[in-house]
Amino acid sequence: MLDRRHVVVTLLADRKNLVVVTGLGSSTYDVAAAGDHDRNFYLWGAMGGAAMLGLGIALAQRDIPVLVVTGDGEMLMGMGSFSTIALQNPPNLTIAILNNSLFGETGGQPTHTGRVTNLAQVAKACGVPNICEIDTMLGIAALAGNIHDPKKGLTVADIKISQDLLPRVMTSRAGAVMAERTRRSLGLTPG
Amino acid sequence: MSGTARIPSTGQDWPSEIFAVLENYGVRQAAFVPDGGHASLITRIQQTGKIRAITLTTEEEGVALAAGAWIGGERSVLLMQSSGVGNCVNMLSLIRICRIPFLTIVAMRGEWGEVNPWQVPMGSTTQDVFELMDIRVLRADAPPEVESVMKAAAAMVFDGGTPTALLLSQRLIGAKTF
Repeated sequence: MLDRRHVVVTLLADRKNLVVVTGLGSSTYDVAAAGDHDRNFYLWGAMGGAAMLGLGIALAQRDIPVLVVTGDGEMLMGMGSFSTIALQNPPNLTIAILNNSLFGETGGQPTHTGRVTNLAQVAKACGVPNICEIDTMLGIAALAGNIHDPKKGLTVADIKISQDLLPRVMTSRAGAVMAERTRRSLGLTPG
Repeated sequence: MSGTARIPSTGQDWPSEIFAVLENYGVRQAAFVPDGGHASLITRIQQTGKIRAITLTTEEEGVALAAGAWIGGERSVLLMQSSGVGNCVNMLSLIRICRIPFLTIVAMRGEWGEVNPWQVPMGSTTQDVFELMDIRVLRADAPPEVESVMKAAAAMVFDGGTPTALLLSQRLIGAKTF
């Protein structure tokens, strides 16, 4: 089973213009642990919304690669968004699901993915053109080679990670400040 | 029999007036769960192709999309029916916490002449739900006022940064009959 922090550090290594959206919970801590960045937008709520938020950015910035890093619990709450995103099919969007089959923030209760639901296959059935299930760092290295290319095609990666609960790494929870920070880094004027 | 019981037409093409305001404000993303009251506007958006039409599976997707669009530098609008407003409640946290200039246009059900009682619980609380979540509410009840109310809503959102919902009353769009 893969170490989630190692996975995220590998995906974000040598990032250039990538925008990263995190789903609430451990995914936010993992991206923060890899190093804060003006183009990181951390969610601390809005469960189920990370992928759609990534879609909004990806459609607005077609030449910028957008990576959503979220957990299986967060993604399960927004599974319909696979269909919505597939219909738009933005080539610059990747959704990386850190899948430990646990609701980690709330005491480690099992999610549906450990027993019955395969999120990569759900994404495929919803029409996402590129899906992958990854359980090796070799697979992560291959994914890392694609996510920075805004033309590589809409991708959903279901990444099997260890169930270890790691120390929290805090970020700013000032959503408006974080949104403005990312906008400024994209060359946008203050709202 | 099915159809709509509309108030007499004034000859005003208010969906086109809404579209023109969206266009003038440079809106680029229009997300929706369809409603009969929005059908004409949605067709207009899909046919002209200047504003990207984004079909949702549930309304709260559109709230998260609006936040992403803003962060990415595009203006957006969310079109939905009053029953969909209830689906959005937790996601509206994004609008308040991140101060997103959020515009939604809601086709009302469950009020004027509604014969499906299942529409009434949400239709009768739509305005309160928005206000509880810190979204301002404007309302258009008759065709002649749609354009001015739409302009006011767009100005509040895009010039003033105030999240605003425009409610299109059921009296305006017509009660559905069965």
